[in-house]
Amino acid sequence: MPMSEQGSASSSWAIEARGVSKLFGERHALRGIDLKVSRGEHLVIFGPNAAGKTTLLKILSTLVKPSSGSVRLDGIDIRDKPAQIRRKISLVSHQTFLYDDLTIYENLKFYGKMYDVPNLEQRIQDVIAWVQLESRINDRVGTLSHGLQQRASIARAVLHNPSILLLDEPEVGLDPHVRSVISDVLGSINSDIRTVVMTTHNLERGLELGDRVIILDRGKIVYQATKDEIGTLDFQQVYEQRTGMDV
Amino acid sequence: MFTKILAIFWKDILTEFRTKEIVTSVLVFALLVLVIFNFAFGTRADGMELVAPGILWVALTFGGVLGFNRIFAVEKENSRLEGLMLCPVDQAIIYWGKLVGGFTFMLAIAIVITPIFLALFNLPLFLPRLALIILLANIGFASVGTLFSAVAINTRARDVMLPILFLPIVFPVIVAAVKATVPVLAGESWEGILTWLQIIIAFDIIYLVVATLVFEFVVEE
Repeated sequence: MPMSEQGSASSSWAIEARGVSKLFGERHALRGIDLKVSRGEHLVIFGPNAAGKTTLLKILSTLVKPSSGSVRLDGIDIRDKPAQIRRKISLVSHQTFLYDDLTIYENLKFYGKMYDVPNLEQRIQDVIAWVQLESRINDRVGTLSHGLQQRASIARAVLHNPSILLLDEPEVGLDPHVRSVISDVLGSINSDIRTVVMTTHNLERGLELGDRVIILDRGKIVYQATKDEIGTLDFQQVYEQRTGMDV
Repeated sequence: MFTKILAIFWKDILTEFRTKEIVTSVLVFALLVLVIFNFAFGTRADGMELVAPGILWVALTFGGVLGFNRIFAVEKENSRLEGLMLCPVDQAIIYWGKLVGGFTFMLAIAIVITPIFLALFNLPLFLPRLALIILLANIGFASVGTLFSAVAINTRARDVMLPILFLPIVFPVIVAAVKATVPVLAGESWEGILTWLQIIIAFDIIYLVVATLVFEFVVEE
């Protein structure tokens, strides 16, 4: 059995990052991040703008290579088998990755083929029902509101049934009503056995969804705690103390 | 592998069928070039078989630049390229999917433009050897154009950047295509064409191999 597959079988961590740093020119986006996320855990990453949240998610999703350090997902080093890693993960950001001139169905069919999703037709119907877009399935994405596009984007993200879901501020730019609908959809992810890493500025939503939270500031983890550890703490005060910024 | 190349191709064809962004702009540009040259040279100029190949390839090459500018632009919007790169496929498959689409668009345009060109310049309409030259040169154009389209989308002046990168690299194919077209329009034998066809095929192979190998580094952040 190849090393990475052995790792996959024996590793108890869904995500294991060691000393991950990322430089963009002279600027340090991440500085020696050590992070372990167990299977099925929901980790929420808070932090001000330019803290490195998106860069960290892009590294975890294989889109960006770290300047130094290593990342293993399900025991597999992301540099060794990126294609195998990509089958296990999915990324949802405020960009939907959907094609405006194709319908929701055509978009899902395209991505389903790219991921070799078995029983694709049935799977498309299932995820469309889950995000409650049955009546809009044949509408072109460009004609949908941002909120509906984001729901379609979540359907795209879970189409291949990833074991690790990376959410990069998925609720940005949505009005409160649509945000609550999206929150319901994201909240129902909790019922699945799926590891979730989510970045957000919304402390209330983050604390609600996460089993554990970390605060990232200037490329470093400056605070981390489980939901129980936070307990009755005034988390907003903790956040402001650690980052020196208002929420 | 072929399923995924076809999936990207199908997606691009469907998008283009609905927007008609590439075909319309390139077709209008190429037709304008032909009409302007037709007014400038007329149809009875001496040595038309020497001038006409240049006119055809100017129309196809510069029209191609316009078209290739759009090949990856659609992926840049809404960060769709990231969506593609997240798929569990080798980056070369993304390149080949886009390449097949670009090749098809350019071929479709050539199929429309060439008979109009032949009619405007009073040349014989049935020239299968010209079709072969266009087919082979289009492979070279599409392979380089697709690669540099991916390079150009990450630059600020992408409309300017693509021709600057594309034209010098495809120059050998343009020259060989023009040189091979001259004897075809003059009705000469295969002898004067074969060498140029071999040059086009050699460059096609070089472009395809190199572009497939370097594409991963081009799209990498």
